[in-house]
Amino acid sequence: MHRVVVTGLGAVSPIGKTAPDYWVGLASGTCGIGPLTIPYAEELNQKNAAEVKDFRPLDYFQDRQLSSLDRVSQFAIVAAREAITQSGLSFGDGLSERTATIIGTGVGGHNTQDDSFRRVYRDNATRVFPLTIPKLMANAPASQISMHCGLRGPAFAVVSACASATHAIGLAFHMVRSGAVSCAVTGGTEACLTFGAMRGWEAMRVMAPERCSPFSAGRLGMIVGEGAAVIVLETLESARARGAEILGEIIGFGMSADAADLTAPDEGGMARAIESALADARVATTDVQYINAHGTGTAANDSTETAAIRRVFGAHADKLAMSSTKSMVGHALGAAGALELVATLMGIREGVAPPTIGYQGKDPACDLDYVPNEARRMPIDVALSNSFAFGGLNATLAVRKAP
Amino acid sequence: MQAEVEQDVMAIIASKVRVEKPALTRDDRLQDLGIESIDAVEMIFDLEEKFDVEIPYNANTAGTEFRTVGDVVDAIQTLVNNKA
Repeated sequence: MHRVVVTGLGAVSPIGKTAPDYWVGLASGTCGIGPLTIPYAEELNQKNAAEVKDFRPLDYFQDRQLSSLDRVSQFAIVAAREAITQSGLSFGDGLSERTATIIGTGVGGHNTQDDSFRRVYRDNATRVFPLTIPKLMANAPASQISMHCGLRGPAFAVVSACASATHAIGLAFHMVRSGAVSCAVTGGTEACLTFGAMRGWEAMRVMAPERCSPFSAGRLGMIVGEGAAVIVLETLESARARGAEILGEIIGFGMSADAADLTAPDEGGMARAIESALADARVATTDVQYINAHGTGTAANDSTETAAIRRVFGAHADKLAMSSTKSMVGHALGAAGALELVATLMGIREGVAPPTIGYQGKDPACDLDYVPNEARRMPIDVALSNSFAFGGLNATLAVRKAP
Repeated sequence: MQAEVEQDVMAIIASKVRVEKPALTRDDRLQDLGIESIDAVEMIFDLEEKFDVEIPYNANTAGTEFRTVGDVVDAIQTLVNNKA
């Protein structure tokens, strides 16, 4: 069993298109939620979302490359390049063949699907774009990263809605820990702010009209977001041998299924994922100082997650800080777990818990310390990042300060 | 017209009920009928489709807006009247 460390971070988010910019946004409590600017937005009832603003594909890709890249893959590649550059890895001498590429996404190339199907259903076109299928497939981001970055080891997508990225990173962690691969490029990506998808979210009746206020009294629901985050994992020995800067350590991963309701969260299922991450990491509940919550801002998630934390942590629940960065970047679905793990890793490194912004007052059903409205300087040694998906699929990662 | 709307609304609500209940009354609470979460969202969709109206409904505040069968009947009645 190897110890697994992080040596590269990359992020594309509504509050910053690099990991350092994303972190500055988080630490300063920047809200990335605003008016939707997608095509046909004026026909929607929902007016707000967390878009990645001013993302100009030609800043990152040649014109010719773009015909094969949905926005979801563009985000993924940009985040992967940033993470790999920071790691300093070059993937020569057989390392490419021993590097896994595991990328989570909720729905894959939704813009391609929406654009193509609008042509056939609404505009009565008789043909769609030639690369419609390979652009929209859920494994496109993983495939595109492997091609653009020259990674020839195991590569695949992980799909589990809002937990996709956390499941993806967890699997990558297991593969590096076991020695199945030497290195992994892993994370999540999502770009599903399309007219069709927003109609779908409207029909769920779970979105807040303007802002996302997790754990707060008077919260009105979630806000859909987009973006990507990718990290580079390798063994502690290899990072030390290379003299690479170690940004944090992944120490545990836990998973569970509710086997209950399709959409309603389940305290027991959440608690089992958290407990199994702690057991995998061999840390006690009292070792944990910070939790990056799933914290969607819905009435049901936030009270249920709070109850799960109380169930697992007992009296220590009142001593730890738990915040939801979705208050700033919305819910990026299949990318959320990766964006949140990057937030957690950077928080540990900087000794700062990012805030839950938009917090207006205490809900009796949410009675923990949510780091309301302002980031807090605090030493963090061990932290968790929670992701709980529709379909009752739960995943929690445990991380520790760089050794 | 009014009785007809009430009857149609009651029929849609009845299709979502998850407990043994021979007949619905206005005072029945949706929660007691087992209509929560996704069932309520599906009920709202069925009502919108049936009456061609848009019902402002947020699942996060559902417990305060639509507590009883009567609340739903009255809301639909108002929307249908406004349309006419």
